Amino acid sequence: MPPVITVEHLRKVYGHHVVAVDDVSLEVEQGEIFGLLGSNGAGKTTTVECVQGLRTPTAGTVRVLGKDPRTQAGDLRGRMGCQLQESRLPDHMRVWEALDLFASLAPGAVDWRMLVEQWGIAEKRNASYASLSGGQRQRLFIALALVSAPEVVFLDEMTTGLDPAARRVAWDLIEQVRDRGTTVVLVTHFMDEAERLCDRVAVVDKGRIIAADTPRGLVVRYDPLEQVVFSCDLPEVEWLRGVPGARSVTRRGPRIVVEGTGPLLAHVAAALVDRGLTPDDLRVIEPSLEDVFLTLTGHLVED
Amino acid sequence: MSRDATVPAATAGRRTTHPGGLRVLLKLTWIELKLFLREPMTIVFTFAFPVVLMFVLGEVFGNQPGGANDRVFNGMGAMNYYAPAYIAVVTMSVGVIMLPARLTDYRSGGVLRRFRASLVPIWAVLGSQVLAALVLGVIGAVLVAAFAAVFYPVHFPDSLGLLAAGFVLCSAAFAAIGTLLGAVMPSPRAAQGAGLMLFFVMLFLSGASVPMEVMSDTMRRIGDFLPLTYGVDLLQGAWSGGSWDWTAAIVLAGITVVAGFLSLRVYRWG
Repeated sequence: MPPVITVEHLRKVYGHHVVAVDDVSLEVEQGEIFGLLGSNGAGKTTTVECVQGLRTPTAGTVRVLGKDPRTQAGDLRGRMGCQLQESRLPDHMRVWEALDLFASLAPGAVDWRMLVEQWGIAEKRNASYASLSGGQRQRLFIALALVSAPEVVFLDEMTTGLDPAARRVAWDLIEQVRDRGTTVVLVTHFMDEAERLCDRVAVVDKGRIIAADTPRGLVVRYDPLEQVVFSCDLPEVEWLRGVPGARSVTRRGPRIVVEGTGPLLAHVAAALVDRGLTPDDLRVIEPSLEDVFLTLTGHLVED
Repeated sequence: MSRDATVPAATAGRRTTHPGGLRVLLKLTWIELKLFLREPMTIVFTFAFPVVLMFVLGEVFGNQPGGANDRVFNGMGAMNYYAPAYIAVVTMSVGVIMLPARLTDYRSGGVLRRFRASLVPIWAVLGSQVLAALVLGVIGAVLVAAFAAVFYPVHFPDSLGLLAAGFVLCSAAFAAIGTLLGAVMPSPRAAQGAGLMLFFVMLFLSGASVPMEVMSDTMRRIGDFLPLTYGVDLLQGAWSGGSWDWTAAIVLAGITVVAGFLSLRVYRWG
Protein backbone atom coordinates (compact mmCIF):
# COMPACT_ATOMS: atom_id res chain seq x y z
CA MET A 1 0.00 0.00 0.00
CA PRO A 2 1.50 3.36 -0.98
CA PRO A 3 2.17 5.83 1.83
CA VAL A 4 -0.64 8.26 2.67
CA ILE A 5 1.78 11.16 2.85
CA THR A 6 5.09 11.53 1.08
CA VAL A 7 7.33 14.52 1.68
CA GLU A 8 10.62 14.78 -0.18
CA HIS A 9 13.30 17.36 0.51
CA LEU A 10 10.81 19.92 1.77
CA ARG A 11 12.28 23.34 2.36
CA LYS A 12 10.50 26.50 3.45
CA VAL A 13 12.25 29.83 3.73
CA TYR A 14 10.40 32.90 5.04
CA GLY A 15 11.54 36.17 3.57
CA HIS A 16 15.09 35.75 2.37
CA HIS A 17 16.90 33.86 5.05
CA VAL A 18 14.62 32.58 7.79
CA VAL A 19 14.82 28.85 7.17
CA ALA A 20 11.79 27.33 8.90
CA VAL A 21 12.01 23.90 7.31
CA ASP A 22 15.28 22.59 5.97
CA ASP A 23 15.27 19.46 3.81
CA VAL A 24 12.56 17.41 5.51
CA SER A 25 11.63 14.04 4.04
CA LEU A 26 9.11 11.69 5.56
CA GLU A 27 6.51 9.05 4.78
CA VAL A 28 3.34 8.42 6.71
CA GLU A 29 1.76 5.00 6.33
CA GLN A 30 -1.92 4.25 6.18
CA GLY A 31 -3.55 3.75 9.57
CA GLU A 32 -0.75 4.98 11.81
CA ILE A 33 -0.49 7.86 14.24
CA PHE A 34 2.58 9.73 13.10
CA GLY A 35 3.98 12.32 15.48
CA LEU A 36 6.02 15.40 14.76
CA LEU A 37 7.68 16.17 18.06
CA GLY A 38 9.70 19.28 18.74
CA SER A 39 9.92 22.47 20.72
CA ASN A 40 8.10 25.63 19.70
CA GLY A 41 9.61 27.13 16.58
CA ALA A 42 11.26 23.89 15.51
CA GLY A 43 9.38 23.91 12.20
CA LYS A 44 6.66 21.33 12.92
CA THR A 45 3.71 23.57 12.13
CA THR A 46 5.32 24.97 8.98
CA THR A 47 5.94 21.40 7.84
CA VAL A 48 2.31 20.31 8.27
CA GLU A 49 1.03 23.54 6.79
CA CYS A 50 3.02 22.78 3.66
CA VAL A 51 1.56 19.27 3.68
CA GLN A 52 -1.97 20.67 4.13
CA GLY A 53 -1.45 23.02 1.20
CA LEU A 54 -1.76 26.13 3.38
CA ARG A 55 1.78 27.22 2.53
CA THR A 56 3.79 26.98 -0.65
CA PRO A 57 7.07 25.10 -0.13
CA THR A 58 10.22 26.90 -1.24
CA ALA A 59 11.44 23.57 -2.59
CA GLY A 60 10.59 19.88 -2.42
CA THR A 61 7.54 17.80 -3.17
CA VAL A 62 4.51 16.94 -1.07
CA ARG A 63 1.90 14.30 -1.86
CA VAL A 64 -1.18 13.53 0.20
CA LEU A 65 -3.13 10.47 -0.92
CA GLY A 66 -1.15 10.74 -4.13
CA LYS A 67 -2.29 14.33 -4.79
CA ASP A 68 -0.47 17.63 -4.70
CA PRO A 69 -2.29 19.57 -1.96
CA ARG A 70 -1.63 22.90 -3.69
CA THR A 71 -2.75 22.15 -7.20
CA GLN A 72 -5.18 19.27 -6.65
CA ALA A 73 -6.91 20.55 -3.51
CA GLY A 74 -10.33 19.79 -4.96
CA ASP A 75 -9.50 16.07 -5.04
CA LEU A 76 -8.66 16.14 -1.35
CA ARG A 77 -11.77 17.96 -0.14
CA GLY A 78 -13.33 15.90 2.62
CA ARG A 79 -10.53 13.32 2.52
CA MET A 80 -8.29 15.47 4.68
CA GLY A 81 -9.25 16.90 8.08
CA CYS A 82 -7.31 19.64 9.81
CA GLN A 83 -7.25 21.06 13.29
CA LEU A 84 -5.12 24.19 13.12
CA GLN A 85 -3.15 25.85 15.85
CA GLU A 86 -4.32 29.33 14.96
CA SER A 87 -7.77 29.70 13.54
CA ARG A 88 -11.21 30.91 14.44
CA LEU A 89 -14.82 30.75 13.45
CA PRO A 90 -17.12 33.73 13.05
CA ASP A 91 -18.19 34.89 16.53
CA HIS A 92 -21.89 34.46 15.91
CA MET A 93 -21.64 31.05 14.26
CA ARG A 94 -23.32 28.31 16.28
CA VAL A 95 -21.53 25.06 17.04
CA TRP A 96 -24.01 22.95 15.06
CA GLU A 97 -23.89 25.31 12.09
CA ALA A 98 -20.13 24.94 11.82
CA LEU A 99 -20.34 21.15 12.03
CA ASP A 100 -23.18 21.02 9.55
CA LEU A 101 -21.26 23.25 7.12
CA PHE A 102 -18.04 21.25 7.31
CA ALA A 103 -19.97 17.99 7.04
CA SER A 104 -21.58 19.23 3.84
CA LEU A 105 -18.19 19.62 2.14
CA ALA A 106 -17.73 15.98 1.38
CA PRO A 107 -19.73 12.83 0.84
CA GLY A 108 -19.83 10.34 3.67
CA ALA A 109 -19.60 12.74 6.57
CA VAL A 110 -20.18 11.21 9.97
CA ASP A 111 -23.21 12.27 11.99
CA TRP A 112 -22.03 15.38 13.83
CA ARG A 113 -24.51 14.72 16.64
CA MET A 114 -22.40 11.73 17.59
CA LEU A 115 -19.21 13.75 17.42
CA VAL A 116 -20.46 16.43 19.79
CA GLU A 117 -21.47 13.70 22.24
CA GLN A 118 -18.05 12.08 22.05
CA TRP A 119 -16.13 15.31 22.39
CA GLY A 120 -18.30 16.59 25.22
CA ILE A 121 -19.77 19.64 23.55
CA ALA A 122 -23.28 18.30 22.96
CA GLU A 123 -24.83 20.74 25.41
CA LYS A 124 -23.08 23.57 23.54
CA ARG A 125 -24.49 22.72 20.12
CA ASN A 126 -26.62 25.86 20.00
CA ALA A 127 -23.98 28.09 21.56
CA SER A 128 -22.17 30.69 19.49
CA TYR A 129 -18.46 30.24 18.87
CA ALA A 130 -17.64 33.41 20.84
CA SER A 131 -19.27 32.01 23.97
CA LEU A 132 -17.18 28.82 24.09
CA SER A 133 -14.28 28.34 26.49
CA GLY A 134 -10.79 27.62 25.19
CA GLY A 135 -11.14 23.90 25.80
CA GLN A 136 -14.56 23.77 24.16
CA ARG A 137 -13.23 25.58 21.09
CA GLN A 138 -10.36 23.13 20.92
CA ARG A 139 -12.74 20.16 21.06
CA LEU A 140 -15.01 21.76 18.46
CA PHE A 141 -12.02 22.13 16.12
CA ILE A 142 -11.08 18.49 16.58
CA ALA A 143 -14.68 17.52 15.85
CA LEU A 144 -14.61 19.72 12.73
CA ALA A 145 -11.44 17.97 11.59
CA LEU A 146 -13.18 14.60 11.95
CA VAL A 147 -16.68 15.39 10.73
CA SER A 148 -16.01 14.72 7.05
CA ALA A 149 -14.76 11.21 7.94
CA PRO A 150 -11.36 12.04 6.46
CA GLU A 151 -8.79 9.45 5.40
CA VAL A 152 -6.04 11.51 6.98
CA VAL A 153 -6.38 13.96 9.83
CA PHE A 154 -3.90 16.59 11.01
CA LEU A 155 -3.97 17.58 14.67
CA ASP A 156 -1.72 20.48 15.60
CA GLU A 157 -1.24 20.73 19.37
CA MET A 158 -4.68 19.24 19.88
CA THR A 159 -4.61 18.99 23.68
CA THR A 160 -3.55 22.59 24.28
CA GLY A 161 -6.14 24.13 26.58
CA LEU A 162 -7.63 20.81 27.65
CA ASP A 163 -7.65 19.84 31.31
CA PRO A 164 -5.82 16.63 32.29
CA ALA A 165 -8.95 14.46 32.28
CA ALA A 166 -10.09 15.78 28.91
CA ARG A 167 -6.60 15.16 27.51
CA ARG A 168 -6.78 11.49 28.39
CA VAL A 169 -10.23 11.14 26.86
CA ALA A 170 -8.96 12.92 23.73
CA TRP A 171 -6.10 10.43 23.48
CA ASP A 172 -8.51 7.48 23.72
CA LEU A 173 -10.76 8.98 21.08
CA ILE A 174 -7.88 9.61 18.69
CA GLU A 175 -6.77 6.01 19.14
CA GLN A 176 -10.28 4.92 18.17
CA VAL A 177 -10.06 7.13 15.09
CA ARG A 178 -6.80 5.42 14.15
CA ASP A 179 -8.26 1.99 14.84
CA ARG A 180 -10.99 2.65 12.30
CA GLY A 181 -8.34 3.09 9.64
CA THR A 182 -7.82 6.85 9.59
CA THR A 183 -4.24 8.04 9.36
CA VAL A 184 -3.37 10.63 11.99
CA VAL A 185 -0.60 13.22 11.88
CA LEU A 186 -0.06 14.59 15.35
CA VAL A 187 2.00 17.72 15.93
CA THR A 188 2.94 18.12 19.54
CA HIS A 189 5.51 19.40 21.98
CA PHE A 190 4.17 17.19 24.77
CA MET A 191 6.46 14.22 25.30
CA ASP A 192 3.84 12.23 27.21
CA GLU A 193 1.35 12.71 24.40
CA ALA A 194 3.78 11.52 21.74
CA GLU A 195 4.87 8.57 23.84
CA ARG A 196 1.32 7.55 24.66
CA LEU A 197 -0.25 7.98 21.22
CA CYS A 198 2.23 7.79 18.40
CA ASP A 199 3.05 4.68 16.43
CA ARG A 200 6.01 6.53 14.99
CA VAL A 201 7.64 9.79 16.00
CA ALA A 202 9.83 12.17 14.04
CA VAL A 203 11.88 14.46 16.25
CA VAL A 204 12.06 17.92 14.66
CA ASP A 205 14.74 20.40 15.61
CA LYS A 206 15.78 23.60 13.85
CA GLY A 207 13.80 22.75 10.74
CA ARG A 208 15.18 19.24 10.34
CA ILE A 209 14.06 15.75 11.28
CA ILE A 210 16.87 14.50 13.45
CA ALA A 211 15.43 11.08 14.26
CA ALA A 212 12.36 9.02 13.41
CA ASP A 213 11.21 5.71 14.85
CA THR A 214 8.68 4.19 17.23
CA PRO A 215 8.85 5.84 20.66
CA ARG A 216 10.33 2.63 22.08
CA GLY A 217 12.72 2.32 19.14
CA LEU A 218 14.02 5.83 19.75
CA VAL A 219 14.66 5.03 23.39
CA VAL A 220 16.48 1.83 22.54
CA ARG A 221 18.45 3.36 19.70
CA TYR A 222 19.60 6.46 21.50
CA ASP A 223 20.05 4.56 24.72
CA PRO A 224 19.72 7.26 27.32
CA LEU A 225 20.68 6.29 30.84
CA GLU A 226 18.25 4.86 33.30
CA GLN A 227 18.08 6.19 36.83
CA VAL A 228 17.82 4.38 40.14
CA VAL A 229 16.44 6.58 42.90
CA PHE A 230 16.11 6.07 46.64
CA SER A 231 16.09 8.01 49.90
CA CYS A 232 19.09 7.75 52.16
CA ASP A 233 20.57 9.95 54.88
CA LEU A 234 24.16 8.76 54.57
CA PRO A 235 26.41 11.78 54.03
CA GLU A 236 28.77 9.93 51.73
CA VAL A 237 27.56 7.79 48.82
CA GLU A 238 30.44 8.02 46.34
CA TRP A 239 31.06 4.29 46.84
CA LEU A 240 27.98 3.66 44.68
CA ARG A 241 30.07 4.64 41.68
CA GLY A 242 31.67 1.24 42.02
CA VAL A 243 28.38 -0.47 41.18
CA PRO A 244 28.54 -2.18 37.75
CA GLY A 245 26.99 0.04 35.08
CA ALA A 246 26.83 3.19 37.23
CA ARG A 247 28.02 6.37 35.54
CA SER A 248 27.21 9.02 38.12
CA VAL A 249 25.84 9.41 41.60
CA THR A 250 24.15 12.62 42.67
CA ARG A 251 22.26 13.77 45.72
CA ARG A 252 18.99 15.62 45.18
CA GLY A 253 17.71 16.70 48.55
CA PRO A 254 16.88 13.60 50.54
CA ARG A 255 17.25 11.36 47.46
CA ILE A 256 20.19 9.74 45.80
CA VAL A 257 20.13 9.29 42.04
CA VAL A 258 22.35 6.71 40.41
CA GLU A 259 22.52 7.06 36.65
CA GLY A 260 23.83 4.36 34.39
CA THR A 261 23.04 1.47 32.12
CA GLY A 262 21.08 -1.63 33.08
CA PRO A 263 20.52 -3.88 34.83
CA LEU A 264 21.27 -1.08 37.23
CA LEU A 265 18.48 -1.64 39.74
CA ALA A 266 19.63 -5.13 40.73
CA HIS A 267 23.25 -4.05 41.16
CA VAL A 268 22.37 -1.00 43.23
CA ALA A 269 19.97 -3.03 45.36
CA ALA A 270 22.66 -5.64 45.98
CA ALA A 271 25.21 -2.97 46.91
CA LEU A 272 22.77 -1.34 49.32
CA VAL A 273 21.89 -4.60 51.01
CA ASP A 274 25.60 -5.33 51.39
CA ARG A 275 25.88 -2.16 53.44
CA GLY A 276 22.84 -3.07 55.49
CA LEU A 277 20.65 -0.48 53.79
CA THR A 278 17.10 -1.29 52.72
CA PRO A 279 15.47 1.96 51.54
CA ASP A 280 11.73 1.39 51.07
CA ASP A 281 11.42 3.69 48.06
CA LEU A 282 14.07 2.16 45.82
CA ARG A 283 12.87 2.39 42.24
CA VAL A 284 14.05 2.67 38.68
CA ILE A 285 13.05 5.44 36.27
CA GLU A 286 13.02 4.09 32.74
CA PRO A 287 14.43 6.37 30.07
CA SER A 288 11.54 8.17 28.42
CA LEU A 289 11.03 9.93 25.14
CA GLU A 290 11.84 13.12 26.98
CA ASP A 291 15.31 11.80 27.82
CA VAL A 292 15.82 10.81 24.20
CA PHE A 293 14.69 14.24 23.11
CA LEU A 294 17.12 15.92 25.46
CA THR A 295 19.94 13.70 24.26
CA LEU A 296 19.10 14.44 20.64
CA THR A 297 18.44 18.15 20.78
CA GLY A 298 20.49 19.16 23.77
CA HIS A 299 17.84 21.52 25.07
CA LEU A 300 14.69 21.43 27.11
CA VAL A 301 11.29 21.76 25.50
CA GLU A 302 9.74 24.95 26.70
CA ASP A 303 6.05 24.92 27.32
CA MET B 1 -16.49 13.60 26.82
CA SER B 2 -17.33 9.95 26.65
CA ARG B 3 -14.53 7.51 26.31
CA ASP B 4 -16.49 4.57 25.06
CA ALA B 5 -18.84 6.06 22.51
CA THR B 6 -19.11 3.91 19.46
CA VAL B 7 -18.70 5.38 16.02
CA PRO B 8 -19.23 3.74 12.67
CA ALA B 9 -16.24 3.00 10.52
CA ALA B 10 -14.89 5.93 8.60
CA THR B 11 -16.24 4.56 5.40
CA ALA B 12 -19.68 3.52 6.63
CA GLY B 13 -22.67 5.36 5.27
CA ARG B 14 -20.79 7.30 2.61
CA ARG B 15 -23.19 9.24 0.48
CA THR B 16 -23.02 8.23 -3.11
CA THR B 17 -23.25 11.66 -4.69
CA HIS B 18 -20.55 14.24 -4.25
CA PRO B 19 -22.01 17.52 -3.08
CA GLY B 20 -21.44 20.13 -5.74
CA GLY B 21 -19.87 23.50 -5.12
CA LEU B 22 -23.31 25.00 -5.57
CA ARG B 23 -24.67 23.21 -2.53
CA VAL B 24 -21.77 24.47 -0.43
CA LEU B 25 -22.36 27.99 -1.78
CA LEU B 26 -26.04 27.88 -0.82
CA LYS B 27 -25.32 26.45 2.60
CA LEU B 28 -22.68 29.13 3.25
CA THR B 29 -25.02 31.84 1.99
CA TRP B 30 -27.73 30.70 4.39
CA ILE B 31 -25.23 30.71 7.30
CA GLU B 32 -23.85 34.12 6.27
CA LEU B 33 -27.37 35.49 6.14
CA LYS B 34 -27.99 34.32 9.69
CA LEU B 35 -24.62 35.70 10.83
CA PHE B 36 -25.42 39.12 9.35
CA LEU B 37 -28.79 39.12 11.07
CA ARG B 38 -27.11 38.41 14.43
CA GLU B 39 -24.94 41.49 13.95
CA PRO B 40 -26.43 44.63 15.55
CA MET B 41 -24.70 46.83 12.94
CA THR B 42 -26.70 45.14 10.20
CA ILE B 43 -30.01 45.61 11.90
CA VAL B 44 -29.26 49.25 12.68
CA PHE B 45 -27.76 50.47 9.42
CA THR B 46 -29.53 48.33 6.87
CA PHE B 47 -32.98 48.03 8.35
CA ALA B 48 -33.64 50.56 11.10
CA PHE B 49 -31.66 53.65 10.10
CA PRO B 50 -33.10 54.12 6.57
CA VAL B 51 -36.66 53.68 7.83
CA VAL B 52 -36.10 56.11 10.72
CA LEU B 53 -34.69 58.72 8.34
CA MET B 54 -37.60 58.15 5.97
CA PHE B 55 -39.94 58.78 8.88
CA VAL B 56 -38.22 62.07 9.76
CA LEU B 57 -38.20 63.23 6.13
CA GLY B 58 -41.79 62.16 5.62
CA GLU B 59 -42.98 64.02 8.74
CA VAL B 60 -41.10 67.17 7.70
CA PHE B 61 -41.87 67.27 3.99
CA GLY B 62 -44.90 65.03 3.49
CA ASN B 63 -45.68 63.86 -0.01
CA GLN B 64 -47.61 66.81 -1.45
CA PRO B 65 -45.95 68.38 -4.46
CA GLY B 66 -45.95 72.16 -4.87
CA GLY B 67 -46.15 74.75 -2.08
CA ALA B 68 -42.98 75.18 -0.09
CA ASN B 69 -41.55 72.07 -1.74
CA ASP B 70 -42.03 73.44 -5.23
CA ARG B 71 -38.42 74.44 -5.71
CA VAL B 72 -37.01 71.07 -4.66
CA PHE B 73 -37.55 67.33 -5.19
CA ASN B 74 -37.72 67.78 -8.98
CA GLY B 75 -41.18 69.17 -8.46
CA MET B 76 -42.58 65.92 -7.14
CA GLY B 77 -43.78 64.82 -3.71
CA ALA B 78 -40.91 64.54 -1.28
CA MET B 79 -41.50 60.91 -0.49
CA ASN B 80 -41.72 59.97 -4.16
CA TYR B 81 -38.26 61.52 -4.32
CA TYR B 82 -36.92 59.83 -1.19
CA ALA B 83 -38.26 56.29 -1.56
CA PRO B 84 -35.96 55.29 -4.46
CA ALA B 85 -33.11 57.35 -2.97
CA TYR B 86 -33.27 55.37 0.26
CA ILE B 87 -33.33 52.09 -1.58
CA ALA B 88 -29.96 53.20 -2.97
CA VAL B 89 -28.89 54.08 0.60
CA VAL B 90 -29.72 50.54 1.71
CA THR B 91 -27.45 49.06 -0.97
CA MET B 92 -24.71 51.46 0.13
CA SER B 93 -25.07 50.48 3.77
CA VAL B 94 -24.79 46.79 2.91
CA GLY B 95 -21.74 47.45 0.76
CA VAL B 96 -19.65 49.92 2.73
CA ILE B 97 -20.59 49.02 6.31
CA MET B 98 -21.38 45.32 6.42
CA LEU B 99 -19.08 43.76 3.84
CA PRO B 100 -15.75 45.41 4.82
CA ALA B 101 -16.26 44.63 8.50
CA ARG B 102 -17.00 41.01 7.66
CA LEU B 103 -14.16 40.52 5.20
CA THR B 104 -11.48 42.06 7.43
CA ASP B 105 -12.75 40.03 10.35
CA TYR B 106 -12.49 36.81 8.38
CA ARG B 107 -9.02 37.63 7.14
CA SER B 108 -7.39 38.88 10.32
CA GLY B 109 -8.97 36.42 12.70
CA GLY B 110 -8.08 33.15 11.02
CA VAL B 111 -11.59 32.33 9.82
CA LEU B 112 -10.43 32.21 6.22
CA ARG B 113 -7.54 29.97 7.25
CA ARG B 114 -10.03 27.67 8.91
CA PHE B 115 -12.14 27.55 5.74
CA ARG B 116 -9.12 27.14 3.50
CA ALA B 117 -7.74 24.26 5.53
CA SER B 118 -11.01 22.42 5.00
CA LEU B 119 -10.79 23.24 1.31
CA VAL B 120 -13.95 25.31 1.27
CA PRO B 121 -13.68 26.89 -2.19
CA ILE B 122 -12.70 30.54 -1.77
CA TRP B 123 -15.13 31.65 -4.47
CA ALA B 124 -17.89 30.11 -2.39
CA VAL B 125 -16.78 32.12 0.65
CA LEU B 126 -16.79 35.41 -1.29
CA GLY B 127 -19.86 34.50 -3.31
CA SER B 128 -21.87 33.67 -0.23
CA GLN B 129 -21.04 37.06 1.28
CA VAL B 130 -22.20 38.88 -1.81
CA LEU B 131 -25.36 36.76 -2.16
CA ALA B 132 -26.22 37.22 1.51
CA ALA B 133 -25.59 40.96 1.16
CA LEU B 134 -27.89 41.06 -1.87
CA VAL B 135 -30.68 39.28 0.02
CA LEU B 136 -30.32 41.67 2.96
CA GLY B 137 -30.37 44.59 0.53
CA VAL B 138 -33.65 43.30 -0.91
CA ILE B 139 -35.16 43.02 2.58
CA GLY B 140 -33.97 46.53 3.47
CA ALA B 141 -35.28 47.95 0.18
CA VAL B 142 -38.69 46.31 0.63
CA LEU B 143 -38.88 47.71 4.18
CA VAL B 144 -38.15 51.23 2.92
CA ALA B 145 -40.62 50.98 0.03
CA ALA B 146 -43.34 49.42 2.17
CA PHE B 147 -42.91 52.07 4.85
CA ALA B 148 -43.19 54.85 2.29
CA ALA B 149 -46.16 53.20 0.59
CA VAL B 150 -48.11 52.70 3.79
CA PHE B 151 -47.53 56.00 5.59
CA TYR B 152 -46.93 58.57 2.84
CA PRO B 153 -48.72 57.03 -0.08
CA VAL B 154 -46.01 57.15 -2.74
CA HIS B 155 -46.90 56.22 -6.28
CA PHE B 156 -46.10 52.74 -7.57
CA PRO B 157 -42.71 52.56 -9.36
CA ASP B 158 -43.22 53.52 -13.01
CA SER B 159 -40.93 50.71 -14.12
CA LEU B 160 -40.48 47.82 -11.73
CA GLY B 161 -38.10 46.12 -14.18
CA LEU B 162 -35.77 49.10 -14.46
CA LEU B 163 -35.95 49.61 -10.69
CA ALA B 164 -34.89 45.99 -10.15
CA ALA B 165 -32.09 46.31 -12.70
CA GLY B 166 -30.92 49.55 -11.09
CA PHE B 167 -31.06 47.93 -7.67
CA VAL B 168 -28.86 45.04 -8.79
CA LEU B 169 -26.39 47.46 -10.39
CA CYS B 170 -26.26 49.62 -7.24
CA SER B 171 -25.78 46.53 -5.08
CA ALA B 172 -22.98 45.29 -7.31
CA ALA B 173 -21.16 48.64 -7.30
CA PHE B 174 -21.33 48.99 -3.51
CA ALA B 175 -20.46 45.33 -2.97
CA ALA B 176 -17.34 45.88 -5.09
CA ILE B 177 -16.42 49.01 -3.12
CA GLY B 178 -17.02 47.12 0.11
CA THR B 179 -14.88 44.20 -1.00
CA LEU B 180 -12.08 46.61 -1.92
CA LEU B 181 -12.34 48.28 1.50
CA GLY B 182 -12.25 44.83 3.08
CA ALA B 183 -9.13 44.06 1.10
CA VAL B 184 -7.14 47.17 1.99
CA MET B 185 -8.27 47.85 5.56
CA PRO B 186 -5.98 46.26 8.14
CA SER B 187 -8.57 45.45 10.79
CA PRO B 188 -12.33 45.20 11.32
CA ARG B 189 -12.28 48.40 13.38
CA ALA B 190 -10.48 50.34 10.68
CA ALA B 191 -12.90 48.98 8.11
CA GLN B 192 -15.87 49.97 10.23
CA GLY B 193 -14.54 53.49 10.72
CA ALA B 194 -13.85 54.00 7.03
CA GLY B 195 -17.22 52.47 6.11
CA LEU B 196 -19.16 54.71 8.49
CA MET B 197 -17.39 57.82 7.22
CA LEU B 198 -18.17 56.95 3.60
CA PHE B 199 -21.74 56.15 4.58
CA PHE B 200 -22.43 59.55 6.15
CA VAL B 201 -20.54 61.60 3.57
CA MET B 202 -22.52 59.94 0.79
CA LEU B 203 -25.78 60.07 2.74
CA PHE B 204 -25.60 63.86 2.95
CA LEU B 205 -23.84 64.86 -0.26
CA SER B 206 -25.41 62.62 -2.89
CA GLY B 207 -28.91 64.05 -2.98
CA ALA B 208 -30.27 61.18 -0.92
CA SER B 209 -31.02 63.41 2.06
CA VAL B 210 -30.39 67.01 1.11
CA PRO B 211 -32.06 67.65 -2.26
CA MET B 212 -29.67 68.66 -5.02
CA GLU B 213 -31.54 71.94 -5.49
CA VAL B 214 -30.61 73.32 -2.08
CA MET B 215 -26.99 72.17 -2.10
CA SER B 216 -24.16 74.66 -2.60
CA ASP B 217 -21.98 74.37 -5.69
CA THR B 218 -19.18 72.91 -3.58
CA MET B 219 -21.49 70.25 -2.16
CA ARG B 220 -22.69 69.40 -5.62
CA ARG B 221 -19.17 69.17 -6.97
CA ILE B 222 -18.23 66.72 -4.22
CA GLY B 223 -21.44 64.85 -4.91
CA ASP B 224 -20.37 64.32 -8.50
CA PHE B 225 -17.56 62.11 -7.21
CA LEU B 226 -19.76 59.99 -4.95
CA PRO B 227 -21.10 56.67 -6.22
CA LEU B 228 -24.34 57.09 -4.29
CA THR B 229 -25.21 60.18 -6.38
CA TYR B 230 -25.40 57.93 -9.43
CA GLY B 231 -27.28 55.23 -7.54
CA VAL B 232 -29.88 57.78 -6.45
CA ASP B 233 -30.19 59.17 -9.99
CA LEU B 234 -30.59 55.72 -11.49
CA LEU B 235 -33.27 54.52 -9.06
CA GLN B 236 -35.18 57.83 -9.05
CA GLY B 237 -35.34 57.72 -12.85
CA ALA B 238 -36.75 54.19 -12.77
CA TRP B 239 -39.24 54.98 -10.00
CA SER B 240 -40.60 58.23 -11.37
CA GLY B 241 -40.84 58.33 -15.15
CA GLY B 242 -39.60 54.82 -15.82
CA SER B 243 -36.43 56.12 -17.46
CA TRP B 244 -32.95 54.63 -17.47
CA ASP B 245 -30.13 57.05 -16.68
CA TRP B 246 -27.36 55.72 -18.89
CA THR B 247 -24.68 57.99 -17.44
CA ALA B 248 -25.43 56.76 -13.93
CA ALA B 249 -25.61 53.14 -15.11
CA ILE B 250 -22.25 53.32 -16.88
CA VAL B 251 -20.57 54.98 -13.88
CA LEU B 252 -21.89 52.29 -11.52
CA ALA B 253 -20.90 49.49 -13.89
CA GLY B 254 -17.43 51.01 -14.17
CA ILE B 255 -17.09 51.17 -10.38
CA THR B 256 -18.16 47.52 -10.15
CA VAL B 257 -15.57 46.37 -12.66
CA VAL B 258 -12.65 48.46 -11.39
CA ALA B 259 -13.24 48.01 -7.66
CA GLY B 260 -14.08 44.35 -8.14
CA PHE B 261 -10.90 43.73 -10.12
CA LEU B 262 -8.72 45.65 -7.67
CA SER B 263 -10.12 43.88 -4.64
CA LEU B 264 -9.51 40.44 -6.12
CA ARG B 265 -5.94 41.51 -6.87
CA VAL B 266 -5.28 42.99 -3.43
CA TYR B 267 -7.11 40.57 -1.13
CA ARG B 268 -4.80 38.26 0.77
CA TRP B 269 -6.48 34.98 1.58
CA GLY B 270 -5.57 34.78 5.27
